[in-house]
Amino acid sequence: MTAVFQVQNLNKAFGGLAVTQDVSITMNPGDRVALIGPNGAGKTTFVNLVTGHLEPDSGKVLLGGNDVTSLSPTLRVRQGLVRSFQVTRLFPDMTPEEHLALAVMQRTGRTGAIFGHYQAKPDVMAEVAELLRTLGLDHIATRKVAEIAYGQQRLLEIALALALRPKVLLLDEPAAGVPQSDTPRIEAALAGLPADLAVLMIEHDMDLVFRFARRVIVLAAGAIIFDGSPADVTRDARVREAYLGSYANDRSAA
Amino acid sequence: MAAIETTSSAKPGAAARPNWLMRDLLGLAVILAVAAIGYFLFPNNLALLTRILGVALLVLSIDLVTGFCGVATLGHAALFGAGAYASGIAAVHFGITDPLLMVVVGAFGGAVAGVVSGAVILRGHGLAQLVLSIAVVHLFHEAANKASAYTGGSDGLSGIAPDPVFGLFAFDLWGRTAYGFAVALVVIAFVVLRLITRSPFGMLCRGIKEDPIRIRAMGASVQGTLLKMYVISGAVAGVGGALNAISTQVVGLDSLSFTLSAEALVMLVLGGTGSLYGALIGTVSFMWFEDFVSAANPFHWLTIVGALLIAVVLFAPRGLYGTALALVDRFRRTGK
Repeated sequence: MTAVFQVQNLNKAFGGLAVTQDVSITMNPGDRVALIGPNGAGKTTFVNLVTGHLEPDSGKVLLGGNDVTSLSPTLRVRQGLVRSFQVTRLFPDMTPEEHLALAVMQRTGRTGAIFGHYQAKPDVMAEVAELLRTLGLDHIATRKVAEIAYGQQRLLEIALALALRPKVLLLDEPAAGVPQSDTPRIEAALAGLPADLAVLMIEHDMDLVFRFARRVIVLAAGAIIFDGSPADVTRDARVREAYLGSYANDRSAA
Repeated sequence: MAAIETTSSAKPGAAARPNWLMRDLLGLAVILAVAAIGYFLFPNNLALLTRILGVALLVLSIDLVTGFCGVATLGHAALFGAGAYASGIAAVHFGITDPLLMVVVGAFGGAVAGVVSGAVILRGHGLAQLVLSIAVVHLFHEAANKASAYTGGSDGLSGIAPDPVFGLFAFDLWGRTAYGFAVALVVIAFVVLRLITRSPFGMLCRGIKEDPIRIRAMGASVQGTLLKMYVISGAVAGVGGALNAISTQVVGLDSLSFTLSAEALVMLVLGGTGSLYGALIGTVSFMWFEDFVSAANPFHWLTIVGALLIAVVLFAPRGLYGTALALVDRFRRTGK
């Protein structure tokens, strides 16, 4: 299998502080990887380097074998590297249907058209309906986003990413801020992601990580200290020390 | 009007006819009715009504960038004045006196000014953007002042003598033709803008206003989209300027002024942003009120206008149209 996403020897320092140190990751289609690490481990910096919002000091980012290190964030999205946001970023005055229609039309290069209406485009409407159904949002398709529940907004955030038909999906804490009662729906949505999609999830909730990921990468002080299966991660001494130690203790205490 | 009707019948999903279409047809009917009432109620004041319609095009064009895209500007008269001077210069120096051609030239002039000022203004954000927009309108003003061989400088550009419309309707002393011409231009512009704001491109602009970072994360270009809207906005403002040049037969430096830019923005806020209706309502109310108060009390009219604006901004922050909509909405909900 050919790698769809590769990060090679990425380095970034702010002043004298190295926040990303020689990070390399390779992902294949269908991968389900969780990126974890304590606060300040450099997860956000890593995401910004990968999406192109920060420029690395050295190293490369490759998408489907193409070097995208010098491309703008927007162009990386068009090449199939799509992210979701930790804090929901949606258009409060627009409906879920409008969000998804806009994303589908953007992907298919039709947002430049100054005439016409998305509801008059059968292919757009069909795809939007399919996405709404998949994520269980069809009953609120025409409500304003400001009026729908936060859990539903999180689902729309995922739907919006899928509407762009990514090759690689970066999920930034997809369940953050969602009430406990709604997390099963988010997890179901994550379980239902396209099988050939490579997913890299940044997540704090370890229960979610263990249910979702088939591979876990642990970042500490800007460097990868573990890359392996979820079963092994809790047994790794360095990980315990850097991160899971306190968590494991909390768990046993509770 | 024809445009709206054809799109409705050509729409494949017209089985459930969207209610925005009915609302737009209703809005159009109201605009035409108000225009007719104005014509019969103020037959001696058609020059003012025509001027209002010219400025309405400027306010509509500000609504495109401010109301729909969230770009703050206090320099939009630069686009209006560019259209006015373009069509005036075309008429005086190049013998293009057909009014429709003059409007096309004005739209083109406004669009070019839109590219230039958009390229500058869109570099900044927030306060910097506002300052850049003021600088742009001052530069345009100064350029028109200095290029007096073409623009007449501070004396203004006079001697614009447009031909009859379609060779049939001469511009008369009472301003009837000019008024009819103005109503036609505003209605056409309104219908076209209504379609544009509902288009995929219009949706993208609304998205940029609400969250540009999300738009970038969708792979769309924010700057390119905004610049395109600036060009469309410039064309609309340019049509307004051309209309002003045609109906008054002079173009003065005041059409490129900061004052006009600021007043037009005030009119938009007064009427309500982001709906196009608000732009029309704001322009008509502001200019009518200004005319009425300045005649009734020539000494304190500016104070009264100022007080009215403060009242509207404090008590109806969504503008006259936005507030009226909210009231209707509340009435409906309690009525059920």
